[in-house]
Amino acid sequence: MADVVAAAMLGALILYALTGGADFGGGVWDLLATGPLRAKQRAAIDRAIGPIWEANHVWLILVVTVMFTGFPRAFAAIANALHVPLLLLLLAIVMRGAAFTFRHYDRGGARGTRAGARTPNRWGIAFSIASIAAPILLGVVIGALVSGELRANASNGWIEPWARRWPLLVGLFTLALFSYLAAVYLCVEAKESGDAELAEAFRRRAMGAWVASGVLSLFVFLQSRMHAQRVWDGLRARWMIVAVAGVAAALAIGLLWTRRYRVARFAAAAQVALVVIGWGASQHPWLMVPDFTIGGAAAPPATLRLLIGALLVGSILLFPSLWILFRSFKGARPFSPVDDA
Amino acid sequence: MGVSLAFHIVFAAIGVALPLFMTIAEWRHQRTGDPVWRELARRWSKGTAILFAVGAVSGTVLSFELGLLWPEFMAVWGSVIGFPFALEGFAFFTEAIFLGIWLYGWDRVPPRFHLFAGAVVAASGAASAFFVTLANVWMNSPVGFTPGPGGMPLDPDPVAAMFAPGWAEEVTHVLLSSYQATAFAMAGVHALLILRGRTSEIHRRALALTLTVGGVCALLQPISGDFSARSVARKQPAKLAALEGQFETERGAPLRIGGMPDVERRETRFAIEIPHGLSLLAFHDPNAEVRGLDQVPREDWPDVRTVHVCFQIMVACGVAMVAVSLASAWAWRKGKLTHPLLLKAIVAVSPLGFVAIEAGWMVTEKGRQPWIVQSVMRTSDAATEMPGLAITFWATVAVYLFLGAVSAWLLTRLIEETRG
Repeated sequence: MADVVAAAMLGALILYALTGGADFGGGVWDLLATGPLRAKQRAAIDRAIGPIWEANHVWLILVVTVMFTGFPRAFAAIANALHVPLLLLLLAIVMRGAAFTFRHYDRGGARGTRAGARTPNRWGIAFSIASIAAPILLGVVIGALVSGELRANASNGWIEPWARRWPLLVGLFTLALFSYLAAVYLCVEAKESGDAELAEAFRRRAMGAWVASGVLSLFVFLQSRMHAQRVWDGLRARWMIVAVAGVAAALAIGLLWTRRYRVARFAAAAQVALVVIGWGASQHPWLMVPDFTIGGAAAPPATLRLLIGALLVGSILLFPSLWILFRSFKGARPFSPVDDA
Repeated sequence: MGVSLAFHIVFAAIGVALPLFMTIAEWRHQRTGDPVWRELARRWSKGTAILFAVGAVSGTVLSFELGLLWPEFMAVWGSVIGFPFALEGFAFFTEAIFLGIWLYGWDRVPPRFHLFAGAVVAASGAASAFFVTLANVWMNSPVGFTPGPGGMPLDPDPVAAMFAPGWAEEVTHVLLSSYQATAFAMAGVHALLILRGRTSEIHRRALALTLTVGGVCALLQPISGDFSARSVARKQPAKLAALEGQFETERGAPLRIGGMPDVERRETRFAIEIPHGLSLLAFHDPNAEVRGLDQVPREDWPDVRTVHVCFQIMVACGVAMVAVSLASAWAWRKGKLTHPLLLKAIVAVSPLGFVAIEAGWMVTEKGRQPWIVQSVMRTSDAATEMPGLAITFWATVAVYLFLGAVSAWLLTRLIEETRG
């Protein structure tokens, strides 16, 4: 039963990566928007994120609340050991959300995204910086968890367990993955709004990010031998997952190359999902290496049963609602102007 | 963490109540076809978008903070009381989804569905408040587990824990307070705009709607408060003693209005005392025995002065809002809702709902000290031992001040820029 709850958490994390992660990636491209189309790029990102970003980020809250209900002692230990990066991640998420909304409603910003200003306004910069920091910090947290350097007895120190090469590498990898995903999504958005030129711009970025994530994924894998033994062993034992992820990646780049964006989107999403699954599978059954296993840290069965029940009922309510949301704004119709402020 | 909660509660209350107003306005529009209602709904929705965004991120902060600042609390009690937080996560998710549809989908989804979306937002907002309040109820009267060795609870029963004694009273009081505070604040904004010369019919309607909701809540709230106080008298006598300034146990205890508790001399001075009042209110028996702080070990006393003063503030605010509600109802019957004197009174009273909310939370949280879980776990044992926590604290304060300032600024600009 504890495994079911842990699997649900992983599922929520995957969905977070595919939705909220892409939102962060969008922020990266917002900052890196260059060339004559940059105002249009920013506008497209703004429109794409607008209606859905708040819903996207609730996945993370779900992961947190399910964890502290289902695996309370592990939650407490992780929160203790990774206090600093978690706090920074939090600040980044807050700044990003606020900056995005404020930009929308700040007179200068609203003009900027609609009429095509040359430079991003102040909120835009805050939004972008936060969008870059958050994925890195998320990766740092995950990297630190698998590294085996964190102990449950609060002897970890503030900086030591996570400000090292391996977690930072995982952080960069996460950033690359999210940027890649966002670029692919934006290709679809641009194409559906009829702007072929914009789609080309995002296509180039998507392919570039694909290369970057590929290189980083190799680095992560090779470095894990020294720094995160579990991942090294786990990935090699579960090489099927890695292989399928590789196939998805190959499909994705091929589809991007041939400009079949809608299908490329699925391939890219599958690729990212498989990366997360690969991580989860390689770490199984550890929640925090080496002190907490899923079974060992789990709450008593009564709580787990209720939690699973709530997850089921919640999913029945949630997934159709999400489908409605996405359908309303991302349907096959051309993107008509969203009601701005 | 208290700072975060004090901040979050304002945004949370607004997030619960504002969708109700927006939906009512839209419903009136669909019923009557009157474009004024639609315009009102749309104006309110812009403010909602800003406030919801800020409220949402502050909620993320809180869920993280539960772990960052109170790891011991979560480690020990997560399996008992974590569940309503998870449920609140789902409610919040639903709210965020449908708010996205409502805010951005005016012209993209069918009107009936749009109204439905608004209703879902209002309902799920209330559900969120419901679940989160249940967690607080449990902290005040912990049930649903067997105390185990070393303080770890055995056999957690999360459902029993969720519906701990006093849950109905506290949930009602919290929900009413959200609607009431938001209603009065909104009424104040519109009253101010009318005083400043805005002539649009929108403001008069807004005033009528918000004062109706606010007034109903204001009248119900003291009744709810009475139920809550009696619940507290049963479950948390130390808290009741503190908020009433009751140092000595006595039968037929007086109700103290105002007054400043003097902890050294163990008396509450300068109060207007109504004989038998407290026994009557707390137990509905004028000669009931009210337990004083003398029955609580000195080291377990809450901060009596703060708790008592905050309680008086909360009640005073409530009385003021009742008075303005009644005055408004009378004025409305006479067709004089927009009389300048009344409008000024409304403006004056408009922040008091939130003042009462903050004061009330101070009463209930500080009144429970030194316990984080009543009589079971002390706050000091639950907090993190992270060195340099001051940094985290000040970082949080800075973030919140920033968010509050900017949202206030944006809202002000939004209001100034709309014409009429």
